[in-house]
Amino acid sequence: MSKVPYEVYTEEVEALSVLSPDGEIINKDKLPKLTDDQLKEIMYRMVFTRTWDDRAVNLGRQGRLGFYAPVSGQEATMVGSEFALQKEDFIAPGYRDIPQLVWHGLPLYQAFLYSRGHQHGGQIPDGVNVLMPQIIIGAQILHAMGIAMGYKLKKQKQVVITYTGDGGSSEGDFYEGLNYAGVYKLPVIFFVQNNGYAITTPFAKQTAALSIAHKAVAAGIKGVKIDGMDVLAVIKAVQEAAERGRNGEGATLIEAVTYRFRPHSLSDDATKYRTKEEEGEWNEKDPIARFAKYLEKKGLWTEEDTARVKEEAKAKVNEEIKKAEKTEKMTIPGLIDSMFEKTPKHLEEQKADFK
Amino acid sequence: MAQMNMKEAIRDALRVELKRDPNVLLFGEDVGHVGGVFRATEGLQKEFGEERVFDTPLAESAIGGLAVGLGIQGFRPVAEIQFVGFIFEALDQMAIQASRMRYRSGGRYNSPIVFRTPFGGGVKAAELHTDSLEGLLTQTPGIKVVVPSNPYDAKGLMIASIRDNDPVFFMEHLNLYHAFRAEVPENDYVVELGKANVVREGSDVTIITYGMMVHTSIKAADELEKTKGIKVEIIDLRTISPIDIDTIVASIQKTNRAIVVQEAQKSAGVAAEVIAQINEKAILHLEAPVLRVAGPDTVYPFAQIEDTWLPTPTRIIDAVNKVLEF
Ligand SMILES: Cc1ncc(C[n+]2csc(CCOP(=O)(O)OP(=O)(O)O)c2C)c(N)n1
Repeated sequence: MSKVPYEVYTEEVEALSVLSPDGEIINKDKLPKLTDDQLKEIMYRMVFTRTWDDRAVNLGRQGRLGFYAPVSGQEATMVGSEFALQKEDFIAPGYRDIPQLVWHGLPLYQAFLYSRGHQHGGQIPDGVNVLMPQIIIGAQILHAMGIAMGYKLKKQKQVVITYTGDGGSSEGDFYEGLNYAGVYKLPVIFFVQNNGYAITTPFAKQTAALSIAHKAVAAGIKGVKIDGMDVLAVIKAVQEAAERGRNGEGATLIEAVTYRFRPHSLSDDATKYRTKEEEGEWNEKDPIARFAKYLEKKGLWTEEDTARVKEEAKAKVNEEIKKAEKTEKMTIPGLIDSMFEKTPKHLEEQKADFK
Repeated sequence: MAQMNMKEAIRDALRVELKRDPNVLLFGEDVGHVGGVFRATEGLQKEFGEERVFDTPLAESAIGGLAVGLGIQGFRPVAEIQFVGFIFEALDQMAIQASRMRYRSGGRYNSPIVFRTPFGGGVKAAELHTDSLEGLLTQTPGIKVVVPSNPYDAKGLMIASIRDNDPVFFMEHLNLYHAFRAEVPENDYVVELGKANVVREGSDVTIITYGMMVHTSIKAADELEKTKGIKVEIIDLRTISPIDIDTIVASIQKTNRAIVVQEAQKSAGVAAEVIAQINEKAILHLEAPVLRVAGPDTVYPFAQIEDTWLPTPTRIIDAVNKVLEF
């Protein structure tokens, strides 16, 4: 009989970094294998995502977008984690995880339509393995379980990644998800973007655990903590987790320590709960600046490249928002007909109220 | 008297009760330090301290269960569920645990809890932030459901809810938080739970409604009076569980015609319950069937087409005309 250890995991786990803030490789063993073209593509996506976020915030202020949750600062976790997956892998996102969906194949104009409350926004094209953004924090984690079990039953070597925040890691659904994944050895990656706040509630008031990664222990799955401002650390951790999933070794919980430069949503005022100093400290860890330094040293990226990508992104965003705006408006009869495969009689009658 | 909007009136009620009774506690996601996502509880943590007014981790079932446990300990928790769509996460604690504590313990324990939740459409909020889910709770025995339509009622109903020894689900319409100001007494007063209010007297037809739809109905009634001289009586239910059927019956005895207006989807909700009770208690006074104006039985379509989805004055006028012409 094995002995139960007297004390279990009470020390802080150190977060994995691959790049130093100056863009130097500090952890050679954990450098993901990537070609120069791939490195440039990752940078392209991060700059594009930042530009799109800037534009989205403006579009929101102009009333051209609806609900929108900013992402700036989280480009490494979002772009990097998606990049480490294969096209066939599945994404179950929270409301903020729109970049992962778009880089996985959801057309950008549909992301805008979703934001504007148009149901076509959630109509995922065939062959794109994602769910629409989830508003109920934690619900998507349980869907990920089911999808992963499906892959397992069908003996397909695909993995499912599901995202939530530090706040989301307190929900009952989160614990239930970890536990199921452990019991059934499911190919799931739980990716927690710990950006220090759940709306206004700081991490210290969210949990007394030293890290979210610790929470994997109780579920019998692997838990790791990584530097979420370091895109190479993100890619490495997700690649390893995906490989474990594909090899039948089960689930991984990844806690990525990151920061969102903007408040929770467009209607929130972060100055009520965050300090300028804190924001300044995190600015120095900007994932784009850090990765740019690395690429510049390798001769793969210049400031002109950044400027070019920004222009491209602006043009693309303009095109896509126009496309969203031109999409035919929903109607109530159309909405009624989308409730059931065959519209029941009482609903047919209700259409008459909306002529 | 002071001029307050509905949000300020609710905050004032909470302040009055926190001050009066040391057993009153206020908690939920983000309610403490910054005073909630709508700032409805702003300043209360500063005034009463972190032991009385506090932020919880993000876990609604735990918020509900905490309230139940504190209730057993003799506290009077006022627990906020940040937006209505998230009550499902807490539904076991609200609809099953809190509501049957008195029954299960043979009266040994009770659940003197107020669950506060913002809800209500027309504000272009995100998905699942505005749905009218009150029907779910009105189906549950053992819990009262309150929906104020103005600042005066909101304060008096909130104070009454906190003092009530049974659980109350208190729903605050987003569109009414800042809609207008009204005279609100600064001292404490209660508006009795379970009592409706005749907000407009009339003799031709009765509109029974609650929450934001009181105001939409008033618009329709103004129009009917102006264009056709029709005198509409409007009843604001204020408490939708239990329903004040006596006030409704008295009105129908006078007007002999009625419609019910609710924001929620049409089937099996509060309007259906009101009509069932009218059938039981006043059928012989009716000159026409009682009609419902409600949202259609679809999911709530956030943002894009909510203005056409929600009951409009035009749809209310159509229904009134139908019962008058029956
Ligand atoms: C079940 C549920 N409860 C509450 C909310 C309201 N809400 C939206 S975001 C949020 C905070 C989430 O914080 P976190 O999980 O850390 O993610 P972040 O927004 O920081 O990325 C809350 C409380 C919700 N959407 N769903």
